[in-house]
Amino acid sequence: MNDIAPIIALAIPALGAILVALFGRFPNAREIISLGVAGALFTQVLRIYELLRVGFPLEYTAFEVMPGLPLTFRVESLGMTYALIASGLWIITTLYAIGYVRKNKESNQTRFFVCFSLAISASMGIAFAGDLFTLFIFYEVLTLSTFPLVTHKGTEDAKRGGRTYLGILVGTSICLLLFGVMWTWATTGTLEFRSGGVFKEALADGRVSIPVYGAIFFLMIYGTGKAALMPVHRWLPAAMVAPTPVSALLHAVAVVKAGVFTVTKVVVYIFGPATLMETGQAKWLPYMAGTTILIASGIALFQDNLKRRLAYSTISQLSYVILGAALLVPLSIRAALIHIAAHAFGKITLFFAAGSIYTATHKTNISQLDGIGKRMPITMGAFAIGTVSMIGLPPTAGFISKWYLVQGAWQVEHYFAVGVILLSSLLNAAYFLPIVYRAFFNPLADADRAPSGGRLAGEAPWPMVVALSITAAGTVALFVWPNPFLELAADLIR
Amino acid sequence: MIDTHLPALVVVLPLLGGLLAVFAGRGVLPWLWATLVASATFAATIALLMKVQAEGVVTYAMGGWQAPWGIEYRVDALSATVLVVVAAISCVTTFYARLSVAKEIPKDRHNFFYSLWLLCQAGLLGITITGDAFNIYVMLEISSLTVYGLIALGGNNDRRAFTAAINYLVIGSIGASFILIAIGYLYMMTGTLNIADMSAKLTEFYFKDEQLYGTKNATIYVAFAFLMVGLGIKMALFPLHTWLPNAYTYAPSAVTALLAATATKVGIYMTIRFYFTIFGVQFSFGQIPNRVILMACACFAIILGSVIAIRQTQFKKTLAYSSVAQIGYIVLGFSLLNVSGIAGSIVHIVNHAMIKGGLFMAVGAVAYRTRVTSLDALSGLGKRMPLTMAAFTAGGLSLIGFPLTAGFVSKWYLVTGALESGLWPLAIVVLIGSILALIYVWRMIELIYFAEPREDAPTREAPWSLLLPTWVLIGASIYFGIDATLTGGLAESAARMLLGNP
Repeated sequence: MNDIAPIIALAIPALGAILVALFGRFPNAREIISLGVAGALFTQVLRIYELLRVGFPLEYTAFEVMPGLPLTFRVESLGMTYALIASGLWIITTLYAIGYVRKNKESNQTRFFVCFSLAISASMGIAFAGDLFTLFIFYEVLTLSTFPLVTHKGTEDAKRGGRTYLGILVGTSICLLLFGVMWTWATTGTLEFRSGGVFKEALADGRVSIPVYGAIFFLMIYGTGKAALMPVHRWLPAAMVAPTPVSALLHAVAVVKAGVFTVTKVVVYIFGPATLMETGQAKWLPYMAGTTILIASGIALFQDNLKRRLAYSTISQLSYVILGAALLVPLSIRAALIHIAAHAFGKITLFFAAGSIYTATHKTNISQLDGIGKRMPITMGAFAIGTVSMIGLPPTAGFISKWYLVQGAWQVEHYFAVGVILLSSLLNAAYFLPIVYRAFFNPLADADRAPSGGRLAGEAPWPMVVALSITAAGTVALFVWPNPFLELAADLIR
Repeated sequence: MIDTHLPALVVVLPLLGGLLAVFAGRGVLPWLWATLVASATFAATIALLMKVQAEGVVTYAMGGWQAPWGIEYRVDALSATVLVVVAAISCVTTFYARLSVAKEIPKDRHNFFYSLWLLCQAGLLGITITGDAFNIYVMLEISSLTVYGLIALGGNNDRRAFTAAINYLVIGSIGASFILIAIGYLYMMTGTLNIADMSAKLTEFYFKDEQLYGTKNATIYVAFAFLMVGLGIKMALFPLHTWLPNAYTYAPSAVTALLAATATKVGIYMTIRFYFTIFGVQFSFGQIPNRVILMACACFAIILGSVIAIRQTQFKKTLAYSSVAQIGYIVLGFSLLNVSGIAGSIVHIVNHAMIKGGLFMAVGAVAYRTRVTSLDALSGLGKRMPLTMAAFTAGGLSLIGFPLTAGFVSKWYLVTGALESGLWPLAIVVLIGSILALIYVWRMIELIYFAEPREDAPTREAPWSLLLPTWVLIGASIYFGIDATLTGGLAESAARMLLGNP
């Protein structure tokens, strides 16, 4: 049973999708099933984590899709991190989503929960993929299963957003990523994730020239559209038309982290940091990531729509992970892994808060949030914690990853990267703190005051408040107790 | 007893069945007869494939006249695969045809329809199985003449079917006569019509000639040129594809499904036979810049076919132009001349037959309910005909080449083949083709799931006898996307055989 543990992790949400579809007509049963499935998945992922810690070899070859190309699964620390984050936050998001879809009376709730489960199943596939071929398959399944979630509202806006979403993600993955994968296969004859990368021998015996190696690297980095490296970031703001639970778990955690996870994974296991360093083919990447960090922060400054501002903040934070991987030293690559976890907790809190505000007050713009902190103290308190983590201040998780990242950049004397990190922290403060200030210190707008004698509607439904409190607490907890992820990071690269 | 005569049965069954179908009278009887014959033929091809896998090449001397004088039937890995595809699609589409034909074709012509239908299958199977060059031509004419008739039968629905049929008749006859001329020239030079014999003589003759006299034999070159054009028309390779879109669009739904899935595929099979088996790789691709020509045509087919598909306003035409592009993929594959590329061609012959057959059946079901063929007739059908549209969506994803669909497997082989030859620009063309497919497929999917239904939109799901065959093909295309070891393995062994290193 133990060796197929990753397959079970994949199967649980997939079966969950079927169950949810079957019980679609009974909302209560459906929701209990959703929560139960999420719990079961997290338990399974924790079990895999235990197995990984005792050094149990978690490798499994499923079946051949094409002659010579099997689906393989292998658990290692990077995938473990991603799986832990995605499955852990799925429970909380399910709780949140139940409150959200009911209060907002969303249509097609069953389809919503089915697609959500499928997306998580695909995420588990990405996390535990043992080779690039398997990873690519689940990467595309993830895109496809989230499309109905993005276009959930079915409006003209949603359709347009969906078109951008699908166009960019499928376009980049087929034209660039798949091309890179096939080129790797055609030249090296393997797609297996190996520490040190698969290109070392091929480069040595001349099957691959250095420019081709560099070209494949370029194709894979930009082909991973989910990592939202500029200029292939446009799908992420477009995806904000989705209901907030989707934006929270998928477009702050599962989908975007699948992107930066893929980037980190190919750097470590396909191209090999040492080989990249020797050939100098990754030199351009820190600059592109740094530029993305700064430009996205700059754009975020001018967004009035709260979810759009969060989306641009995500684009900028994702490039921290890419920057970490691109600096190629162990310290920075570890920072990339830690930031995958740290950013997830902070950003999902922010999105949860945005969704709560929308649910309780139907406000979507920052300019409308005067004094909202008095009405929704828990929500905005959590929002403030998330903000602190984004800026990277203690006592939040964001501080730890940023600390490692700066150290890594310092170690290789990449002063551009150091500068970018410092400057972007300032920018983060500049676009997040005013929201907090406005919420707590500005007086409530006249229109929002309760009619005399009446009581003002306060927080959103309790499942949502509970959910965002948990993630906010998690953001702090990760600062106090970062050890599990630090250990995983240490295992990733020695 | 039956076992030894299997190769003959494959052709004789539909040939005699087709002739007898005329006497089946009216009502449901002709259809029943056709289904019976098509199923028996399918069973025979499966048995044949198993025999080939067990014993290697199977040969059969027609009427006991030994090769190279008599007509020899010769089944190897490649022809067995194509035979199974053609017979399987014929069987499934025959099952599908009952309701769709009942609606689209006047009652008093049903027996003639099924007669032509079976004869057409006999022709297509005959081209694939025969080991005799002149027999190829005979079978080609049988399949072509019946197809002209089948397309014209769509005229009851839409009179443009007549012009489409005439158009195909003229162009198709030119193609067929070119092929006949070429076979005549080859016979003139080699004195044999048996393919294996002709191939051996041709190689010997050609190279000796050059050594002895230092000149090239013009007749062979002229024969080859005639063949290139004739075969190009028959497989609808860009820019010789002009007959295809209208023929597919205005033919009765069942006929379109059969044609799209089998007729052009057999054309491609013929091409591969002539290029690889008769002339040989050395001549076809070494002496003549055929490779460059084929690649250029294929690339134009992929890009222009897809772009034109995007601009269509009728769903059958969109799918028809998509076929032009898909033929480009198949031709591109074998022009790469390596195992992955040729295997990609063969895999795509199989996969595209399932995908396009399934897609045309799905839109045929829509046409059955609405009779409107403009693109916006699909509006809102995701709610009205969920199962049909789910099949359409799955087929569409396969056309794009999403992972876990058959289309992905084909593209994987094609791109790897291109990269193995170091021809990365061709790999880019294939991938751009996928993106263009995404655009024309997604236009339809958006209409299906997001648009409001039209007033005349169907209110009911398609009848199960149309749904079932559609899902059989679409289901197969999904299955062979998840587990392509069977199709991929067959294609790879056929590719090795064609390249002469088994």
